[in-house]
Amino acid sequence: MKRILSTIAVAIWALSAGMAQAAEELFIYNWTEYTPPELVAKFEAETGIKVTVDTYDSNETLLAKLQAGATGYDLVVPSQNFVPIFVSEGLIQKVNVSGMSNFKNIEERWRNPAWDPQQEYSSPWQWGTTSFSYNSENYSGKGESLKEFFEPNEEASGRVSAFQTPDEVVNLANIYLGLPFCSEDPREMKKVQDLLVAQKQHIVAYNSETMSDMLASGEAVITNHWSGFSRLGRLTGAPIVYAYPKEGVVGWYDSLVVPTSAKNVDNARKFMDFMMDPVNMAMLTVNQGYGDSIIGSSAYYTEELKSAPEVNPPADVPVVFATTCSPKAQSLIDKVWTKVMQ
Amino acid sequence: MSSWLPTNPSSRRWLGLAPTYLVIGIFMLIPMIIMGTYSFMEANPYGGVKPVFSTAAYLQLAWEYDLDGTLVFNPGYLKIIWRSIGLSTMATVICLIFGFPVAYYITLQPENRRNFYIYLITIPFWTNLLIRTFAWIIILGRNGVIELPLLSLGIIDKSLRMMYSDGAIAIGLTYSYLPLMVLPIYASLEKLDFRLLEAASDLYSSRLEIMTKIVIPLSKPGIIAGCILVFIPCLGAFIAPNLLGGGKKLMLGSLVQFQFASARNWPFGSALSMLMLAVVVMALIFYARGAKKRAAGAES
Repeated sequence: MKRILSTIAVAIWALSAGMAQAAEELFIYNWTEYTPPELVAKFEAETGIKVTVDTYDSNETLLAKLQAGATGYDLVVPSQNFVPIFVSEGLIQKVNVSGMSNFKNIEERWRNPAWDPQQEYSSPWQWGTTSFSYNSENYSGKGESLKEFFEPNEEASGRVSAFQTPDEVVNLANIYLGLPFCSEDPREMKKVQDLLVAQKQHIVAYNSETMSDMLASGEAVITNHWSGFSRLGRLTGAPIVYAYPKEGVVGWYDSLVVPTSAKNVDNARKFMDFMMDPVNMAMLTVNQGYGDSIIGSSAYYTEELKSAPEVNPPADVPVVFATTCSPKAQSLIDKVWTKVMQ
Repeated sequence: MSSWLPTNPSSRRWLGLAPTYLVIGIFMLIPMIIMGTYSFMEANPYGGVKPVFSTAAYLQLAWEYDLDGTLVFNPGYLKIIWRSIGLSTMATVICLIFGFPVAYYITLQPENRRNFYIYLITIPFWTNLLIRTFAWIIILGRNGVIELPLLSLGIIDKSLRMMYSDGAIAIGLTYSYLPLMVLPIYASLEKLDFRLLEAASDLYSSRLEIMTKIVIPLSKPGIIAGCILVFIPCLGAFIAPNLLGGGKKLMLGSLVQFQFASARNWPFGSALSMLMLAVVVMALIFYARGAKKRAAGAES
């Protein structure tokens, strides 16, 4: 989908790169609809660096792209559980985030996080949760249990959409089944596989991009969704409700990192520092509606954001952050998903 | 003349053909060799390959290690291959049914208008296929261009659920590749000597006989070329299956894309590509044989 568009975009700027050598540039490769244009404009105005944004739809796609030798990206935005993989595969470089002037603005609990203990590679972007959303006009459920997503009732059957890549779907399934993340036990993963294969008969489409559109048109009544992205769908006027099921939701933390093949490392570092400024981070958070980890940014939040239900998980719903899976666990996940996809 | 050029004719012939060999070598043979090599290697869990010889990728086409480690027959991928061939055949037949009359109609027009019609046929190529396929979501979707009028007129009372089905994939494929059917058929019909048709009707041939005994046999090369041009890209298509099929009815193209983009199993993706290549080469051999037979028939 947008993956193909992005390939075309890459081809076009690869051709035009030769012409635009003189100006300072920064190429950001980010998730779909995750880079507010006004933020880019502000950075361009302040630094005179020309920013180009290209998009992907999953951590898996990003990994595959970089692993296949894609070059020309100066900043990419993986989730926390993928950062160690990028490090071990030598795909991202140390940029000494802890030495940046705005590093002091990172909240204590997010400083030197487990996936980057010295904060050498990554600087904050957004953190949020993954669960499912439903259309409250077409569906009478209340999103109280993950059962509604994995084992939908008559009303939702045939109108459920799940993500196209396994990472978060499998983690949600683990939460629902009460299993640990990244299990290396084939018997446990067999349970996940059975659940997902059984879920498939209720699935209308596997989709990681147009979830809100599908909910709005009624093509789906339940879709896998991200908290802030679901809020954006609701703000367009569709009756979209983000569910906080009692079993829990998957938490994730996306960071800016610099690929080893980056050409404009200094500009990338400037952007990382720029994003650790509370005013700039607040701009991103207001636009996206996830959480941020910058001290003082909440002073710039809008009232709408402060009261948005997607942003404020109920206290009794556990938010379980995904961890990096071992190769063995990862290959089990891939096996399960390949089976589901048949 | 420059003295560094070889003087004997056979070396000169090689030199003259060198650009061709270079292009085929760089753009076709080397990628194929890489693909073939990767298909016999082991997958690296985080993408890429380990340089260890393995036939696991080919084994995976029909067998799998179950989660408990036993090797069992798994028809899953064969089903996908079968579905791909089925849907591609369906799309090819529909393209032929619609494409042939269009090509025939264009041939019957005065010359200046013919060129204009051919130009019209090629217009869709000016817009990106992805965008044109997205348009079909609006046409086929719930409360879309087709459903909304039917719903408001009371002809149907609930959604037809046309999207995210095999039918939607077939429509998308037919739409994408129809021009590739029309153009070669037109090219062979254009050379048709219409005096033959007049002669046939002078000799009391019915319209049906003229069609089946003269027009279709003489345009057969175009029909076969059109069918191949439609069938092959259909096999490898992944935009229509992903967008219109909802990614749950995988076809070969989307299966390959999935192996590289998500499942991180490059060897298996390569093995699937090799299999597709084999199917395509077989189709081409079949075509070439037919062409040879026709040539022999024409001489006798």
